[in-house]
Amino acid sequence: MRLELSPLLKIIGDWISSLGLPTWLVDLIEMCGAAAMVMGMAFLIILFLVWWERKLSGHFQQRLGPMRTGWHGWLQTIADGIKLFQKEDIIPKTVDRKVFYWAPVICFASSFAAFACLPWGKNLWPTDLNIGILYIFAITTFVVISLLMAGWSSNNKYALLGGMRSAAQIVSYEVPLTLSVLGVIVATQSLSMVAIVGAQEKVYNWFIFRQPLGFLIYLIAATAETNRAPFDIPEAEQELVAGFNIEYSGMKFAMFFMAEFLNLFLVSAVAVTLFLGGWHGPFLPSWLWFLLKAFFIVFVIIWFKWTYPRLRVDQLMEFCWKFLLPLAFLNLIVAGFLFR
Amino acid sequence: MNSTIIPYLFYLFSFMIVVSGLLVVTLRNIFHCALFLIICLFSVAGVYVLLGADFIAAVQVLLYVGAIAVLMIFAIMLTAKVSGIGIKQQNEQVPIAIITTVAFVAIALYGLGKTIWNIKTDAVISGDTTMAIGKLLMTTYVVPFEIVSVVLLAALIGAIVIARRN
Repeated sequence: MRLELSPLLKIIGDWISSLGLPTWLVDLIEMCGAAAMVMGMAFLIILFLVWWERKLSGHFQQRLGPMRTGWHGWLQTIADGIKLFQKEDIIPKTVDRKVFYWAPVICFASSFAAFACLPWGKNLWPTDLNIGILYIFAITTFVVISLLMAGWSSNNKYALLGGMRSAAQIVSYEVPLTLSVLGVIVATQSLSMVAIVGAQEKVYNWFIFRQPLGFLIYLIAATAETNRAPFDIPEAEQELVAGFNIEYSGMKFAMFFMAEFLNLFLVSAVAVTLFLGGWHGPFLPSWLWFLLKAFFIVFVIIWFKWTYPRLRVDQLMEFCWKFLLPLAFLNLIVAGFLFR
Repeated sequence: MNSTIIPYLFYLFSFMIVVSGLLVVTLRNIFHCALFLIICLFSVAGVYVLLGADFIAAVQVLLYVGAIAVLMIFAIMLTAKVSGIGIKQQNEQVPIAIITTVAFVAIALYGLGKTIWNIKTDAVISGDTTMAIGKLLMTTYVVPFEIVSVVLLAALIGAIVIARRN
């Protein structure tokens, strides 16, 4: 018996429309409800991922990770969150106050906005845009802007360098990332996330098997997009202390921190949708399959972090432009011949 | 979307375009100018969405915000000591510029008012605009498309050649 969420949501939707409210109010309630649900889901995912990363990092280094708050430290993230809420919100004297204030807001909002067209399960998505994947790439470009805003407004050389490194890296790796996805789009003839999942119903139809090179390029570029090791040059602790968010504290810092984990989940969820068959899978409910696969990709990215040493800036750029990009073009050409 | 709110959204986006556009050319801090330019370009994408051109809207954000605006901010950041200094946004030609602008707006408004607009509904694409644009680019407009590609490639190579000489 599969425990699907979509029939439940449909009952709630039918009940709201049966109340006899005007249509615009019903639309508004449904939109806000969907947004609130995704927001709640996003916060739960952040809470879990922070703990997941700390535990995994611990075990990769033969430590235990957080152990004292709750069973195996599962309350640790909540405790940290409460601590960050109570922190004084320090704004240095010489920062550009307005830009400094808005940078974390834009960062979090643009990461969260991309969640709007993720297919979370069978018949379970906030909206199915017919430009879905393009929308996700477009709206997340604001993350780059917010990093530059944070780096510039902080009036701190480490923050400025960190922000510029982040932006340069994200902008460069966006090119192979987008190209690696094009193979899948050529095959499905659609940009809609739901249609792409629909094309991968059987396991042998999953695009990881039809586009293995595309998947590898996507995974590498996505790791770089989220500024994680071995591509964590923007926050190289030994050189830059912390990167673009060095002057941020309290909840403003927390927003950058949460946005980082939202982005991590987002690239994993997009990988699942495009290459790993989305919500399709046997026995378990579809939304659980989606989450399990996404958390597995997150696990792989964290695995990378503790396996490979950090690249130098010139190696990073050379790898992107001279290796990944030609490979992505090759993949696209092959896909063009394969899926005619 | 509920069609009754579309005009209000249009006015909202237009207002944002005009105000942020004015701020781009009047603010003295060039970094703020670049940020307001982003708001302006994003509002234009909003108008595209209202017109049903969702593909163009996404490309507008992807290219103008994600690439061109980022490039501008990079250029600003790499310019030495620009952050603390207010850039002069005016010169002695302000009166002439005002006269020219007013004259242009008057002529344009006159022309817009006089013209009888031939509005066709059969050209409207319903549904998936991406597919339609792709097909048109590869069939009817394939020659202009290829020419633009070659021009862009030439510009790219030219930029590399100029940069390498230094």
